[in-house]
Amino acid sequence: MKDLPTQPRDLDGNPVTPGLPMAMLAEITHRCPLACPYCSNPVELTRAAEELPAEDWARIFREAADLGVLQVHISGGEPGARRDLAQIVASARDAGLYVNLITSGIGITRARLEELDQAGVDHVQLSLQGIRPDMADRISGHPGSWDKKMGFAGWVAEIGFPLTINAVVHRQNMERLPDMIALAETLGARRIEVATVQFHGWADLNRKALMPTREQAVFARQVVNDARTRLRGKLVIDYVPADHHAVYPKACMGGWGSTGLNVGPDGSVLPCHAAGSITWMRFENARDRSLSDIWHLSESFNAFRGTEWMPEPCQSCDRKTLDFGGCRCQAMAIAGDARATDPVCSKSPLHAQVVARAEADAATDTTADTAELIYRRMKKTRELQG
Amino acid sequence: MEPLIRPDDIPYLPRGVRLQQDRVRGIRVLQAPERAMQLDAIGDAILSELDGRRSMAAITGDLAARYNAPSEQIAGDIRDFLTGLIERRMVFLKPLEIDAEDQP
Repeated sequence: MKDLPTQPRDLDGNPVTPGLPMAMLAEITHRCPLACPYCSNPVELTRAAEELPAEDWARIFREAADLGVLQVHISGGEPGARRDLAQIVASARDAGLYVNLITSGIGITRARLEELDQAGVDHVQLSLQGIRPDMADRISGHPGSWDKKMGFAGWVAEIGFPLTINAVVHRQNMERLPDMIALAETLGARRIEVATVQFHGWADLNRKALMPTREQAVFARQVVNDARTRLRGKLVIDYVPADHHAVYPKACMGGWGSTGLNVGPDGSVLPCHAAGSITWMRFENARDRSLSDIWHLSESFNAFRGTEWMPEPCQSCDRKTLDFGGCRCQAMAIAGDARATDPVCSKSPLHAQVVARAEADAATDTTADTAELIYRRMKKTRELQG
Repeated sequence: MEPLIRPDDIPYLPRGVRLQQDRVRGIRVLQAPERAMQLDAIGDAILSELDGRRSMAAITGDLAARYNAPSEQIAGDIRDFLTGLIERRMVFLKPLEIDAEDQP
């Protein structure tokens, strides 16, 4: 195992100053009963045999709290796929962390949810794939998912957890956004996160079916603005807009290696959940090193810290400390260069090309009934060997 | 816009929202679903008063007395601060309960 550098430096060797992380995403498993075609997990999924045991998670949570992390988002895959989920939750609370449970609601019974209440889950975030059984079951690739989710939401309310609805929007469902917000109200949610599909990994394989049109992006923005006014003090709406139709890119992770870190099922520690798509980057593992060393000294976390690494047009741009040049993974995917200006930025030389491709994808003739979706599934062992 | 909070309302921190010491940074924070908010001394003082029993008016009176400040000013500070948190659903309100029986 190679030693870590002794000083934090970006990928050009410029000195950088790491801050402290606030939040950690703990993807404790990639196993999931659902098969959503825009899943944020990598296309190469980690198998059950490679998953960290609960004792390792307990140590990682203590290291995270010592490092300054305040909140952990326990996610997957479906975290409920791990039988020791309650033990993992309890160890996060013991470390002093605020525990968000991000779940599909599938496979967690009422009794288990009560166990998770005892273990100390602070907040439940439930994903919904549609506002009715047909769409929900089709997008999730799981017949019966809708009924199970509605049952789960009812238990969440009965036990009294604060609830956030997690709604991913894309071309197939964007017109139903007002209904999705109304459903969140009906379910008694305090918050709804409306996130336009981010075109990495699985979602990128399904661009033609999922890319929203410009009109849809404008519509969604208007729906969100109106609902925020109408539901002030009743329902909080967090919104991730469609960046392919925006003028400026999203602020990737609020700045690379600035506020958050992601630990995968096998203990790999990434600056963001999609960072594995930067194929030349080497990632450390929490089995081998402390989170503090990885956060402060690893090449991956320091690569894009600060602003010195930025090329033009970012380097002379007055927005460079607002959006940090956008998403590194998107730069990698579209420009073939992780340090390039995010190609969705209107100042990128690739912007016209990105818009043309997005519009062509969005114009692809697919309807909810006929679109071919590539579902997120783990490869069978036989396929791996073959 | 309609004021979200009135003098008779009892503000409280709902389940999933808690005041906490951030031992690494040495600050006070309000932890809530997907949010951790750094508090200054005034914010911490106001939120520490939310016991789920006293109304806005009662809390205002207590803080005005403790800090020897005009209650109109204190009321404005509390209202502005709590309104932001009510909008983010980090503080809830319940109406002042009036005892049904006339107790001595």
